[in-house]
Amino acid sequence: MMVKTIFAGFGGQGVLMMGFTLAHGAMSAGYHVTFLPAYGAEVRGGTANCTVAVADEEIASPIASKPDHLVVLNTPSLYTFQNRVAAGGYLFINSSIITVDSSRHDVQIVKVPSSEIAEKLGNPRTANTVMMGAFLKKTGLVAPDDYLGSLEEVMGSKKKAIIEINRRAFAAGFEFLEEST
Amino acid sequence: MNKVLMQGNKVIGEAAILAGCRFYAGYPITPQNEIPEYMSERLRQVEGGVFIQSESEIAAIHMVVGASAAGARAMTSSSSPGISLKQEGISSLAACQLPAVIVNMMRGGPGLGNISPAQGDYFQATRGGGHGDYRVIVLGPATAQELADLTMDAFDLADAYRTPVMILADGMMGQMMEPVVFKEPKPRVYPERHMMRGAGTGKHKIIRGLILDPLEMEEHNWTLERKYRVIAQQETRHELYRAEDAELILVAYGTGARIAKGAIKRLREMGIKAGLFRPITLWPFPTAELRELAKRNKDFMVFELSTGQVVEDVRLALQGYARIGFHGRPGGVVPTPAELANVIIRQYDPKQGIAEHQ
Repeated sequence: MMVKTIFAGFGGQGVLMMGFTLAHGAMSAGYHVTFLPAYGAEVRGGTANCTVAVADEEIASPIASKPDHLVVLNTPSLYTFQNRVAAGGYLFINSSIITVDSSRHDVQIVKVPSSEIAEKLGNPRTANTVMMGAFLKKTGLVAPDDYLGSLEEVMGSKKKAIIEINRRAFAAGFEFLEEST
Repeated sequence: MNKVLMQGNKVIGEAAILAGCRFYAGYPITPQNEIPEYMSERLRQVEGGVFIQSESEIAAIHMVVGASAAGARAMTSSSSPGISLKQEGISSLAACQLPAVIVNMMRGGPGLGNISPAQGDYFQATRGGGHGDYRVIVLGPATAQELADLTMDAFDLADAYRTPVMILADGMMGQMMEPVVFKEPKPRVYPERHMMRGAGTGKHKIIRGLILDPLEMEEHNWTLERKYRVIAQQETRHELYRAEDAELILVAYGTGARIAKGAIKRLREMGIKAGLFRPITLWPFPTAELRELAKRNKDFMVFELSTGQVVEDVRLALQGYARIGFHGRPGGVVPTPAELANVIIRQYDPKQGIAEHQ
């Protein structure tokens, strides 16, 4: 098994955090993982993206020319990456910000108003964690407990309250799909 | 120790600290900036640690020359154009027989090039790089784990042979995060040290690269050469992957070797028995080990992220005893394993062998 996912959005939306926590969670669950951020000519306020590979064997290339799944938090990222998702893969869209439709009809589109859900929870900055709840609910790539364990480990030095709000955000994203599916 | 998920550049930094590196000087350049960033923080935390962001790459390497002469485990890092600037100092380190570790996170070149992963600095690294008759030990890691292990080894090799050692990787290795376990470094004890500890600390020592007498200079060159022969005999490393029953042997290192492994998996699914010969030491190149393979394998395929550099060492090793095919993607393009597999299917016929690279 080898699953590659691209996460993309504005710099500051927590796109790299999504990829890092997924990779960390998968590592804790015993998988081979690679995490590759886009680097270099990125600019503040510009777009950010990263590629995470999760596999039960050695990972040859950490690059995904045809990712199995794509998670986009803003419209430019949808335009940039939508054509690369493998047919049949999941395309997660932050529908609070992205109001246009994807041009793809051969992928499974999952719309999650993650920014609105996060705002309702009281912290709009957790929109990324809301999306991770939805992402793991659909893909089942990592068990929620493994993921939340990693999230806590990664955020370790931060305040308990921040971990708590992220736990709630994750649960909200997970449950959102439970309701809508 | 625990498994951690860490970016390649930072892995090098942590491994260096664990190996006892206490001096770092460098000048920023993408894609290796996380090395100085990490060292600036960690060297502050350890006793005797010194971090200097120098005014230039040339200054940084010469600070390393000085720190090494004074007995510190010293390191500098840069990316392709910055490494070109450091060559004068690397030549000095070799001439003065001073240990040091130099990291090159290669990018696409020549010139300023770009910041994408490439392997175009192979010639520069393995042929010495600067002026004069000398060699640099060159290590080519292919995983984050190897970045950790080989960085630790690099300091030991540098001290054991009193010679500069280069870690040759690329932007992808530097930027990628992978799980890594830091091994407990095995401190080596050296019977004889050549440190300058200041006045009143024992017999005077002279460290110099300027030797005006031609006969003396010649003898110095032969002294270095004898040392390089010992290194070539004792320190050559390589990895074989699925080579036991292979009919076609791919030769690739670093990032290229990762892609090759992915291609081999695909080729085997299609019934082509392919395996990999991965040089881990790029200098000394595992010439004898590769030649040994040619006793039973007649088809080799070199893959590199450059236009044809490793392939020359493979030719020298195989000396016409086998057919050699080639695929290269320079400039910062990282092809997929699928692309490499397709290229090989076009070039390789199990009955006729590989189409030879001219």
